[in-house]
Amino acid sequence: MPRWRPRPGHEQAAPRASRAALLVLADGRFPAGGHAHSGGAEAAVKAGRITGPGTLEAFCRGRLHTSGLVAAALAAAATAGLDPLLLDEAADARTPSPSLRTTARKLGRQLTRAARAAWPSPELDALAAARPQGAHQPVVLGLTVRAAGLTPLDAAHAAAYESVTGPATAAVRLLSLDPFAVTAVLARLTPDLDEVAAQAAEAAHRALDEGMDVLPAASAPLLDIYAEQHATWPVRLFAS
Amino acid sequence: MHLDLDHDNYPERYAYGSLPLASPGGPPATRPDGTRRALRVGLGGPVGSGKTATVAALCRALRDRLSIAVVTNDIYTREDAEYLLRNAVLPPERISAVETGACPHTAIRDDISANLEAVEDLEETVGPLDLILVESGGDNLTATFSKGLVDAQIFVIDVAGGDDIPRKGGPGVTTADLLVINKTDLAPYVGSDLERMARDAKAQRGDLPVAFTSLVAEGGVTPVSDWIHERLTAWTAVPA
Repeated sequence: MPRWRPRPGHEQAAPRASRAALLVLADGRFPAGGHAHSGGAEAAVKAGRITGPGTLEAFCRGRLHTSGLVAAALAAAATAGLDPLLLDEAADARTPSPSLRTTARKLGRQLTRAARAAWPSPELDALAAARPQGAHQPVVLGLTVRAAGLTPLDAAHAAAYESVTGPATAAVRLLSLDPFAVTAVLARLTPDLDEVAAQAAEAAHRALDEGMDVLPAASAPLLDIYAEQHATWPVRLFAS
Repeated sequence: MHLDLDHDNYPERYAYGSLPLASPGGPPATRPDGTRRALRVGLGGPVGSGKTATVAALCRALRDRLSIAVVTNDIYTREDAEYLLRNAVLPPERISAVETGACPHTAIRDDISANLEAVEDLEETVGPLDLILVESGGDNLTATFSKGLVDAQIFVIDVAGGDDIPRKGGPGVTTADLLVINKTDLAPYVGSDLERMARDAKAQRGDLPVAFTSLVAEGGVTPVSDWIHERLTAWTAVPA
Protein backbone atom coordinates (compact mmCIF):
# COMPACT_ATOMS: atom_id res chain seq x y z
CA MET A 1 0.00 0.00 0.00
CA PRO A 2 1.42 3.43 -0.92
CA ARG A 3 2.38 5.88 1.79
CA TRP A 4 -0.42 8.33 2.25
CA ARG A 5 0.37 11.99 1.64
CA PRO A 6 -1.81 14.98 2.51
CA ARG A 7 -3.66 16.44 -0.45
CA PRO A 8 -2.24 19.62 -1.99
CA GLY A 9 -3.17 22.60 0.15
CA HIS A 10 -3.67 20.32 3.15
CA GLU A 11 -0.03 20.01 4.14
CA GLN A 12 0.55 20.22 7.84
CA ALA A 13 1.89 23.57 8.97
CA ALA A 14 5.31 23.53 10.63
CA PRO A 15 4.90 21.71 13.94
CA ARG A 16 4.03 23.97 16.85
CA ALA A 17 4.96 21.23 19.27
CA SER A 18 4.22 22.01 22.85
CA ARG A 19 4.28 19.26 25.45
CA ALA A 20 1.67 21.15 27.41
CA ALA A 21 -0.77 20.76 24.51
CA LEU A 22 -0.97 17.08 25.45
CA LEU A 23 -2.01 18.05 28.97
CA VAL A 24 -4.76 20.31 27.62
CA LEU A 25 -6.04 17.52 25.39
CA ALA A 26 -5.90 14.75 27.99
CA ASP A 27 -7.51 16.86 30.73
CA GLY A 28 -10.78 15.32 31.88
CA ARG A 29 -12.35 18.77 31.58
CA PHE A 30 -11.60 19.01 27.86
CA PRO A 31 -15.13 19.68 26.51
CA ALA A 32 -15.54 16.78 24.11
CA GLY A 33 -18.48 14.92 25.62
CA GLY A 34 -16.62 12.17 27.49
CA HIS A 35 -18.25 13.01 30.82
CA ALA A 36 -21.53 11.40 29.74
CA HIS A 37 -19.95 8.02 28.88
CA SER A 38 -18.81 5.24 31.20
CA GLY A 39 -16.83 3.14 28.71
CA GLY A 40 -18.86 0.07 29.60
CA ALA A 41 -18.47 0.54 33.35
CA GLU A 42 -22.17 1.16 34.02
CA ALA A 43 -23.14 -2.19 32.48
CA ALA A 44 -20.24 -3.95 34.24
CA VAL A 45 -21.32 -2.48 37.59
CA LYS A 46 -24.88 -3.69 37.04
CA ALA A 47 -23.57 -7.15 36.09
CA GLY A 48 -21.66 -7.25 39.38
CA ARG A 49 -18.26 -7.30 37.67
CA ILE A 50 -17.07 -3.98 39.05
CA THR A 51 -17.67 -3.74 42.78
CA GLY A 52 -14.64 -1.89 44.14
CA PRO A 53 -11.13 -0.65 43.30
CA GLY A 54 -9.75 -4.17 42.67
CA THR A 55 -12.36 -5.20 40.14
CA LEU A 56 -12.28 -1.72 38.59
CA GLU A 57 -8.55 -2.14 38.03
CA ALA A 58 -9.08 -5.51 36.33
CA PHE A 59 -11.82 -4.03 34.14
CA CYS A 60 -9.65 -1.06 33.14
CA ARG A 61 -6.65 -3.27 32.42
CA GLY A 62 -8.79 -5.48 30.18
CA ARG A 63 -10.27 -2.51 28.34
CA LEU A 64 -6.85 -0.89 27.94
CA HIS A 65 -5.26 -3.96 26.34
CA THR A 66 -8.20 -4.54 23.95
CA SER A 67 -10.29 -1.59 22.76
CA GLY A 68 -7.77 0.81 24.33
CA LEU A 69 -4.94 -0.62 22.24
CA VAL A 70 -7.03 -0.46 19.06
CA ALA A 71 -8.04 3.15 19.76
CA ALA A 72 -4.44 4.11 20.55
CA ALA A 73 -3.16 2.58 17.30
CA LEU A 74 -5.86 4.26 15.20
CA ALA A 75 -5.09 7.60 16.85
CA ALA A 76 -1.33 7.19 16.39
CA ALA A 77 -1.85 6.24 12.74
CA ALA A 78 -3.93 9.38 12.13
CA THR A 79 -1.19 11.49 13.70
CA ALA A 80 1.43 9.71 11.61
CA GLY A 81 -0.40 10.82 8.47
CA LEU A 82 -2.42 7.80 7.32
CA ASP A 83 -5.61 8.66 5.44
CA PRO A 84 -8.21 9.50 8.12
CA LEU A 85 -11.11 8.29 5.98
CA LEU A 86 -9.50 4.88 5.49
CA LEU A 87 -8.71 4.80 9.21
CA ASP A 88 -12.36 5.57 9.87
CA GLU A 89 -13.30 2.47 7.88
CA ALA A 90 -10.64 0.48 9.72
CA ALA A 91 -12.24 1.62 12.99
CA ASP A 92 -15.67 0.47 11.79
CA ALA A 93 -14.22 -2.92 10.92
CA ARG A 94 -12.71 -3.18 14.41
CA THR A 95 -15.94 -2.25 16.24
CA PRO A 96 -18.45 -5.11 15.99
CA SER A 97 -21.09 -3.50 18.25
CA PRO A 98 -23.39 -1.14 16.29
CA SER A 99 -24.08 0.95 19.40
CA LEU A 100 -20.35 1.35 20.06
CA ARG A 101 -19.87 2.50 16.46
CA THR A 102 -22.61 5.08 16.98
CA THR A 103 -21.03 6.19 20.26
CA ALA A 104 -17.56 6.46 18.69
CA ARG A 105 -18.91 8.69 15.91
CA LYS A 106 -20.92 10.82 18.31
CA LEU A 107 -17.84 11.38 20.47
CA GLY A 108 -15.75 11.97 17.35
CA ARG A 109 -18.12 14.72 16.28
CA GLN A 110 -18.01 16.31 19.73
CA LEU A 111 -14.21 16.12 19.83
CA THR A 112 -14.02 17.69 16.38
CA ARG A 113 -15.80 20.80 17.62
CA ALA A 114 -13.47 21.23 20.58
CA ALA A 115 -10.38 20.36 18.52
CA ARG A 116 -11.17 22.89 15.79
CA ALA A 117 -11.55 25.59 18.42
CA ALA A 118 -8.31 24.66 20.16
CA TRP A 119 -6.05 23.75 17.21
CA PRO A 120 -7.61 24.92 13.93
CA SER A 121 -6.43 22.73 11.07
CA PRO A 122 -7.41 22.21 7.41
CA GLU A 123 -7.18 18.45 7.98
CA LEU A 124 -9.77 18.58 10.77
CA ASP A 125 -11.98 20.81 8.57
CA ALA A 126 -11.72 18.30 5.72
CA LEU A 127 -12.61 15.36 7.99
CA ALA A 128 -15.60 17.26 9.43
CA ALA A 129 -16.80 18.01 5.89
CA ALA A 130 -16.37 14.39 4.79
CA ARG A 131 -18.04 12.95 7.92
CA PRO A 132 -20.69 15.50 8.99
CA GLN A 133 -22.14 13.04 11.53
CA GLY A 134 -18.69 12.44 12.99
CA ALA A 135 -15.71 10.18 12.35
CA HIS A 136 -14.58 7.59 14.91
CA GLN A 137 -13.27 9.38 17.99
CA PRO A 138 -9.73 7.88 17.95
CA VAL A 139 -9.23 9.04 14.35
CA VAL A 140 -10.31 12.57 15.28
CA LEU A 141 -8.07 12.39 18.34
CA GLY A 142 -5.09 11.46 16.16
CA LEU A 143 -5.72 14.36 13.76
CA THR A 144 -6.12 16.69 16.74
CA VAL A 145 -2.75 15.61 18.13
CA ARG A 146 -1.29 16.17 14.65
CA ALA A 147 -2.81 19.64 14.51
CA ALA A 148 -1.31 20.41 17.92
CA GLY A 149 2.13 19.50 16.55
CA LEU A 150 2.54 16.44 18.76
CA THR A 151 3.67 12.91 17.86
CA PRO A 152 1.95 9.56 17.15
CA LEU A 153 3.22 8.29 20.50
CA ASP A 154 1.50 11.26 22.18
CA ALA A 155 -1.76 10.37 20.43
CA ALA A 156 -1.42 6.77 21.57
CA HIS A 157 -0.86 7.91 25.16
CA ALA A 158 -3.91 10.17 25.06
CA ALA A 159 -6.17 7.45 23.61
CA ALA A 160 -4.90 4.79 26.00
CA TYR A 161 -5.35 7.11 28.97
CA GLU A 162 -8.92 7.94 27.92
CA SER A 163 -9.75 4.25 27.69
CA VAL A 164 -9.24 3.91 31.45
CA THR A 165 -10.24 7.34 32.81
CA GLY A 166 -13.79 7.05 31.43
CA PRO A 167 -14.63 3.86 33.38
CA ALA A 168 -12.69 5.07 36.45
CA THR A 169 -14.60 8.37 36.74
CA ALA A 170 -17.89 6.63 36.04
CA ALA A 171 -17.20 4.04 38.77
CA VAL A 172 -16.67 6.84 41.29
CA ARG A 173 -20.12 8.21 40.44
CA LEU A 174 -21.88 4.84 40.16
CA LEU A 175 -20.51 3.13 43.26
CA SER A 176 -19.44 6.14 45.37
CA LEU A 177 -15.95 4.64 45.45
CA ASP A 178 -13.24 6.44 47.39
CA PRO A 179 -11.75 8.83 44.79
CA PHE A 180 -8.27 8.38 46.27
CA ALA A 181 -8.47 4.62 45.82
CA VAL A 182 -9.55 5.11 42.20
CA THR A 183 -6.72 7.55 41.53
CA ALA A 184 -4.35 4.94 42.93
CA VAL A 185 -5.84 2.43 40.44
CA LEU A 186 -4.99 4.81 37.60
CA ALA A 187 -1.47 5.30 38.96
CA ARG A 188 -0.95 1.53 39.11
CA LEU A 189 -2.05 1.28 35.48
CA THR A 190 0.57 3.74 34.19
CA PRO A 191 3.21 1.11 33.28
CA ASP A 192 0.53 -0.67 31.23
CA LEU A 193 -0.44 2.65 29.65
CA ASP A 194 3.16 3.25 28.55
CA GLU A 195 3.42 -0.28 27.18
CA VAL A 196 0.16 -0.08 25.21
CA ALA A 197 1.02 3.39 23.85
CA ALA A 198 4.44 2.20 22.66
CA GLN A 199 2.91 -0.89 21.04
CA ALA A 200 0.26 1.26 19.31
CA ALA A 201 2.76 3.84 18.04
CA GLU A 202 4.99 1.05 16.70
CA ALA A 203 2.03 -0.45 14.82
CA ALA A 204 1.16 2.97 13.40
CA HIS A 205 4.70 3.42 12.07
CA ARG A 206 4.59 -0.01 10.47
CA ALA A 207 1.20 0.78 8.93
CA LEU A 208 2.73 3.74 7.08
CA ASP A 209 4.68 1.28 4.93
CA GLU A 210 2.77 -1.96 5.27
CA GLY A 211 -0.82 -0.72 5.23
CA MET A 212 -3.58 -0.55 7.80
CA ASP A 213 -4.02 -4.27 8.19
CA VAL A 214 -1.06 -4.33 10.56
CA LEU A 215 -2.96 -2.13 13.03
CA PRO A 216 -4.13 -4.18 16.04
CA ALA A 217 -7.66 -5.60 16.03
CA ALA A 218 -7.95 -6.79 19.63
CA SER A 219 -11.48 -7.12 20.93
CA ALA A 220 -13.31 -7.62 24.21
CA PRO A 221 -16.54 -9.49 23.41
CA LEU A 222 -18.05 -8.78 26.81
CA LEU A 223 -17.66 -5.00 26.25
CA ASP A 224 -19.48 -5.36 22.94
CA ILE A 225 -22.28 -7.44 24.47
CA TYR A 226 -22.65 -5.09 27.45
CA ALA A 227 -22.77 -2.09 25.11
CA GLU A 228 -25.63 -3.63 23.13
CA GLN A 229 -27.54 -4.41 26.33
CA HIS A 230 -26.85 -1.01 27.90
CA ALA A 231 -28.20 0.79 24.84
CA THR A 232 -31.64 -0.73 25.51
CA TRP A 233 -31.90 0.20 29.21
CA PRO A 234 -34.75 2.65 29.88
CA VAL A 235 -33.03 4.06 32.99
CA ARG A 236 -29.29 4.75 33.05
CA LEU A 237 -26.88 7.42 34.21
CA PHE A 238 -24.47 7.25 31.26
CA ALA A 239 -25.00 7.39 27.51
CA SER A 240 -22.71 4.37 26.99
CA MET B 1 -20.90 37.12 35.44
CA HIS B 2 -19.56 36.03 32.11
CA LEU B 3 -16.70 37.92 30.57
CA ASP B 4 -17.32 39.85 27.43
CA LEU B 5 -14.90 38.47 24.92
CA ASP B 6 -13.33 40.52 22.21
CA HIS B 7 -15.05 39.56 18.96
CA ASP B 8 -11.94 39.91 16.80
CA ASN B 9 -9.92 37.65 19.01
CA TYR B 10 -12.63 35.03 19.31
CA PRO B 11 -13.58 33.91 15.81
CA GLU B 12 -16.09 31.18 14.91
CA ARG B 13 -13.69 28.35 15.63
CA TYR B 14 -15.63 26.24 18.03
CA ALA B 15 -18.56 25.63 15.69
CA TYR B 16 -18.78 22.25 13.98
CA GLY B 17 -19.46 24.16 10.77
CA SER B 18 -17.97 27.54 9.98
CA LEU B 19 -20.46 30.15 11.10
CA PRO B 20 -20.39 33.76 12.30
CA LEU B 21 -21.13 34.55 15.95
CA ALA B 22 -24.32 36.21 17.21
CA SER B 23 -22.57 37.88 20.11
CA PRO B 24 -19.03 37.78 21.46
CA GLY B 25 -18.57 34.36 23.02
CA GLY B 26 -22.04 33.31 21.92
CA PRO B 27 -23.21 30.76 19.39
CA PRO B 28 -23.24 31.65 15.68
CA ALA B 29 -26.30 33.69 14.62
CA THR B 30 -26.95 31.97 11.33
CA ARG B 31 -27.51 28.53 9.86
CA PRO B 32 -25.07 27.07 7.34
CA ASP B 33 -27.22 28.53 4.52
CA GLY B 34 -26.82 32.04 5.97
CA THR B 35 -30.38 32.47 7.28
CA ARG B 36 -31.02 33.40 10.90
CA ARG B 37 -31.09 30.42 13.25
CA ALA B 38 -33.61 29.92 16.05
CA LEU B 39 -33.42 31.84 19.30
CA ARG B 40 -32.14 29.43 21.98
CA VAL B 41 -33.55 29.78 25.47
CA GLY B 42 -32.30 27.64 28.38
CA LEU B 43 -34.49 26.65 31.34
CA GLY B 44 -32.68 25.61 34.50
CA GLY B 45 -33.57 25.21 38.16
CA PRO B 46 -33.87 22.75 41.05
CA VAL B 47 -35.53 19.34 40.75
CA GLY B 48 -39.32 19.54 40.83
CA SER B 49 -39.66 23.31 40.40
CA GLY B 50 -41.71 22.92 37.22
CA LYS B 51 -39.24 23.23 34.35
CA THR B 52 -40.86 20.53 32.22
CA ALA B 53 -44.37 21.80 33.02
CA THR B 54 -43.23 25.31 31.99
CA VAL B 55 -41.75 23.99 28.75
CA ALA B 56 -45.00 22.11 28.01
CA ALA B 57 -47.11 25.19 28.75
CA LEU B 58 -44.85 27.36 26.59
CA CYS B 59 -45.13 24.92 23.68
CA ARG B 60 -48.92 24.93 23.94
CA ALA B 61 -49.04 28.73 24.13
CA LEU B 62 -46.60 29.40 21.29
CA ARG B 63 -46.75 26.47 18.88
CA ASP B 64 -49.50 27.94 16.67
CA ARG B 65 -47.50 31.08 15.99
CA LEU B 66 -43.90 29.82 16.16
CA SER B 67 -41.88 26.88 14.87
CA ILE B 68 -40.54 25.34 18.11
CA ALA B 69 -38.26 22.46 19.16
CA VAL B 70 -37.17 21.24 22.60
CA VAL B 71 -33.96 19.65 23.92
CA THR B 72 -34.25 17.90 27.29
CA ASN B 73 -31.35 16.95 29.58
CA ASP B 74 -32.58 14.21 31.88
CA ILE B 75 -30.28 13.06 34.62
CA TYR B 76 -30.80 9.33 34.25
CA THR B 77 -33.93 8.66 32.19
CA ARG B 78 -35.79 10.02 29.22
CA GLU B 79 -38.75 10.93 31.42
CA ASP B 80 -38.84 14.64 30.64
CA ALA B 81 -38.79 13.96 26.91
CA GLU B 82 -41.42 11.26 27.40
CA TYR B 83 -43.63 13.60 29.46
CA LEU B 84 -43.58 16.09 26.59
CA LEU B 85 -44.29 13.34 24.08
CA ARG B 86 -47.10 11.83 26.15
CA ASN B 87 -48.73 15.21 26.48
CA ALA B 88 -48.26 15.72 22.75
CA VAL B 89 -47.11 19.32 23.16
CA LEU B 90 -45.00 18.93 20.01
CA PRO B 91 -44.58 16.24 17.35
CA PRO B 92 -41.92 13.69 18.43
CA GLU B 93 -39.38 14.77 15.80
CA ARG B 94 -39.24 18.19 17.49
CA ILE B 95 -38.12 16.79 20.86
CA SER B 96 -34.56 15.57 21.45
CA ALA B 97 -33.12 14.09 24.67
CA VAL B 98 -29.46 14.55 25.69
CA GLU B 99 -27.88 12.17 28.22
CA THR B 100 -25.69 13.81 30.83
CA GLY B 101 -23.72 11.12 32.70
CA ALA B 102 -24.95 12.10 36.17
CA CYS B 103 -23.81 15.71 35.70
CA PRO B 104 -26.60 17.96 34.38
CA HIS B 105 -24.67 21.19 34.92
CA THR B 106 -21.66 19.86 32.99
CA ALA B 107 -23.81 19.31 29.90
CA ILE B 108 -25.22 22.84 29.89
CA ARG B 109 -22.17 24.78 31.06
CA ASP B 110 -18.75 23.09 31.07
CA ASP B 111 -19.05 20.72 28.12
CA ILE B 112 -21.92 21.81 25.90
CA SER B 113 -20.94 19.69 22.89
CA ALA B 114 -23.81 17.16 23.10
CA ASN B 115 -26.41 19.91 23.52
CA LEU B 116 -24.98 21.92 20.61
CA GLU B 117 -25.20 18.83 18.44
CA ALA B 118 -28.84 18.34 19.47
CA VAL B 119 -29.89 21.93 18.66
CA GLU B 120 -28.01 21.91 15.35
CA ASP B 121 -29.54 18.58 14.35
CA LEU B 122 -33.04 19.87 15.18
CA GLU B 123 -32.43 22.98 13.03
CA GLU B 124 -31.35 20.71 10.22
CA THR B 125 -34.06 18.05 10.42
CA VAL B 126 -37.22 20.00 11.37
CA GLY B 127 -36.13 23.59 10.72
CA PRO B 128 -36.32 26.38 9.99
CA LEU B 129 -37.16 27.01 13.63
CA ASP B 130 -37.99 30.23 15.46
CA LEU B 131 -37.32 28.98 18.98
CA ILE B 132 -35.44 26.13 20.65
CA LEU B 133 -36.04 25.54 24.36
CA VAL B 134 -33.15 23.75 26.10
CA GLU B 135 -34.30 22.28 29.41
CA SER B 136 -31.62 21.40 31.96
CA GLY B 137 -31.87 18.37 34.19
CA GLY B 138 -32.92 19.35 37.72
CA ASP B 139 -29.87 20.69 39.51
CA ASN B 140 -28.83 23.06 42.27
CA LEU B 141 -28.79 26.84 42.65
CA THR B 142 -25.40 27.23 40.93
CA ALA B 143 -26.46 25.76 37.57
CA THR B 144 -26.27 28.20 34.66
CA PHE B 145 -26.14 27.77 30.90
CA SER B 146 -23.06 28.55 28.83
CA LYS B 147 -23.32 31.56 26.53
CA GLY B 148 -21.94 29.21 23.90
CA LEU B 149 -25.17 27.21 24.05
CA VAL B 150 -28.09 29.60 24.65
CA ASP B 151 -28.94 33.24 23.92
CA ALA B 152 -30.96 33.71 27.10
CA GLN B 153 -31.74 31.69 30.19
CA ILE B 154 -34.68 31.26 32.53
CA PHE B 155 -34.22 29.98 36.08
CA VAL B 156 -37.30 28.26 37.51
CA ILE B 157 -37.81 27.96 41.28
CA ASP B 158 -41.05 27.36 43.17
CA VAL B 159 -42.67 28.65 46.32
CA ALA B 160 -42.79 25.19 47.90
CA GLY B 161 -39.00 24.85 47.75
CA GLY B 162 -38.78 27.50 50.49
CA ASP B 163 -39.39 31.24 50.30
CA ASP B 164 -35.78 31.91 51.32
CA ILE B 165 -34.34 30.74 47.95
CA PRO B 166 -34.33 34.22 46.33
CA ARG B 167 -32.53 35.55 49.43
CA LYS B 168 -29.91 32.78 49.21
CA GLY B 169 -29.14 33.85 45.65
CA GLY B 170 -26.52 31.90 43.71
CA PRO B 171 -25.68 32.22 40.02
CA GLY B 172 -29.04 30.83 38.80
CA VAL B 173 -31.21 33.20 40.84
CA THR B 174 -28.88 36.17 40.48
CA THR B 175 -27.87 36.13 36.82
CA ALA B 176 -30.67 34.40 34.85
CA ASP B 177 -32.29 36.67 32.26
CA LEU B 178 -35.68 35.77 33.73
CA LEU B 179 -36.39 34.33 37.19
CA VAL B 180 -39.64 32.36 37.31
CA ILE B 181 -41.19 31.74 40.73
CA ASN B 182 -43.65 28.94 40.06
CA LYS B 183 -46.55 27.28 41.92
CA THR B 184 -47.84 30.52 43.47
CA ASP B 185 -51.15 28.71 44.07
CA LEU B 186 -49.37 26.63 46.74
CA ALA B 187 -48.05 29.64 48.70
CA PRO B 188 -50.85 29.70 51.34
CA TYR B 189 -50.45 25.97 52.01
CA VAL B 190 -46.69 25.95 52.50
CA GLY B 191 -46.46 29.25 54.35
CA SER B 192 -44.44 31.02 51.64
CA ASP B 193 -44.46 34.81 51.62
CA LEU B 194 -44.65 35.97 47.97
CA GLU B 195 -44.01 39.61 48.91
CA ARG B 196 -40.82 38.58 50.64
CA MET B 197 -39.73 36.47 47.65
CA ALA B 198 -40.32 39.42 45.30
CA ARG B 199 -38.38 41.77 47.61
CA ASP B 200 -35.45 39.37 47.99
CA ALA B 201 -35.37 38.67 44.22
CA LYS B 202 -35.28 42.42 43.53
CA ALA B 203 -32.38 42.81 45.96
CA GLN B 204 -30.43 39.98 44.29
CA ARG B 205 -31.29 40.81 40.68
CA GLY B 206 -31.65 44.56 40.44
CA ASP B 207 -33.50 45.36 37.20
CA LEU B 208 -33.57 41.79 35.84
CA PRO B 209 -37.20 40.59 35.55
CA VAL B 210 -39.06 38.15 37.80
CA ALA B 211 -42.26 36.32 36.81
CA PHE B 212 -44.67 34.70 39.27
CA THR B 213 -46.55 31.79 37.70
CA SER B 214 -49.17 29.19 38.54
CA LEU B 215 -49.51 26.69 35.75
CA VAL B 216 -52.69 25.09 37.11
CA ALA B 217 -54.75 28.01 35.78
CA GLU B 218 -55.47 28.58 32.09
CA GLY B 219 -52.95 31.06 30.67
CA GLY B 220 -50.72 30.67 33.74
CA VAL B 221 -47.56 30.72 31.65
CA THR B 222 -48.40 34.06 29.96
CA PRO B 223 -45.77 36.12 31.85
CA VAL B 224 -43.08 33.76 30.51
CA SER B 225 -44.45 33.51 26.96
CA ASP B 226 -44.73 37.32 26.83
CA TRP B 227 -41.08 37.58 27.87
CA ILE B 228 -40.07 35.09 25.17
CA HIS B 229 -41.98 37.14 22.59
CA GLU B 230 -39.99 40.22 23.63
CA ARG B 231 -36.73 38.31 23.30
CA LEU B 232 -37.74 37.01 19.89
CA THR B 233 -38.63 40.51 18.70
CA ALA B 234 -35.22 41.75 19.82
CA TRP B 235 -33.52 38.71 18.26
CA THR B 236 -35.13 39.20 14.84
CA ALA B 237 -34.61 43.00 14.90
CA VAL B 238 -30.83 42.56 14.68
CA PRO B 239 -29.58 41.78 11.15
CA ALA B 240 -28.44 38.14 10.85
